[in-house]
Amino acid sequence: MAGKIVINIERCKGCGLCVAVCPKGGIVISKQSNKSGYFPAEKNNSACTGCASCAIICPEAAIEVYREQDILNKPHKETTPDLVKGKK
Amino acid sequence: MMQKVFSKPQALKDCPTHYCPGCGHGIAHRLIAETIDELGIRGRTIGIAPVGCAVLAYDYFDVDMVEVAHGRAPAVATGMKRTNPDKIIFSYQGDGDLAAIGTGEIIHAAHRGEQITVIFINNAVFGMTGGQMAPTTILNQVTTTTPLGRDASKQGYPLQVSELLTLLPGTIYIERCSLHKPALIRNAKKAIKHAFELQLNNAPGLSLVELLSPCPTYWRMTPVKAIEWMENEMTKVFPLGRLKG
Repeated sequence: MAGKIVINIERCKGCGLCVAVCPKGGIVISKQSNKSGYFPAEKNNSACTGCASCAIICPEAAIEVYREQDILNKPHKETTPDLVKGKK
Repeated sequence: MMQKVFSKPQALKDCPTHYCPGCGHGIAHRLIAETIDELGIRGRTIGIAPVGCAVLAYDYFDVDMVEVAHGRAPAVATGMKRTNPDKIIFSYQGDGDLAAIGTGEIIHAAHRGEQITVIFINNAVFGMTGGQMAPTTILNQVTTTTPLGRDASKQGYPLQVSELLTLLPGTIYIERCSLHKPALIRNAKKAIKHAFELQLNNAPGLSLVELLSPCPTYWRMTPVKAIEWMENEMTKVFPLGRLKG
């Protein structure tokens, strides 16, 4: 596991943008609602690379991203998934 | 050993927003807050909230904020900057605020070359009042006041304020960015930071960053469909890129 996300489910409104942009299919919408009645995002698998695409598009700033220390020290290009490079 | 690489910026208060799910205002707020944090100007920044969906922005930013009359943010910013030249003044305005009722204010503030930063949120619709046509509504877009789609012969063409302002010598930096893909959001962050840096360095003139932003509720789409619509339709009418500076 190279990265990890922590979703603040009480802030999340379940818009699903993070689900759409995750290059690893690592996020799904939960079947359990939060206190506000929204169905929040939750982790789906452990393929996270810590690219932070989900956190960057999250309108609620509800996602925190952690990344493995040794990956952070590698050159940027090797660790950045295709989506973040700005190509369709 | 895991290291935190992304979390909520300090300049954003820890409270849930009132925005609809998938609204771009939250992303724009976060980018501005990140910029304020990175430049270390939280103590000397004054923001101006618009009338529109972002009217409660003063509840979300942890900097000094004022709320002004509809469209008058550049006029108030002028006074604030002239009396407090060491403060960093930014106005946060939607398309109804800046491109409709406040067109006179923004054009004259830009014309006078006021040293302020304007963040212009363009979602092609009036959000707060219920999804009516805005000047920036694109052709054939359905709104509550154009139920058959905007028709150029009846309602005219979408207003491209940013292109309009590039003609004025008082503006120094104008860029149009979008909030529909992570890569473009990174670009938007760079643009906002550049606009703030220009003001920090006392560059003579007004800097404006236009952010195309999704409004899933009044486009009547899911948030994911809304970002696809932005990619396919909206960016054709409002091409992205640096327009001036």
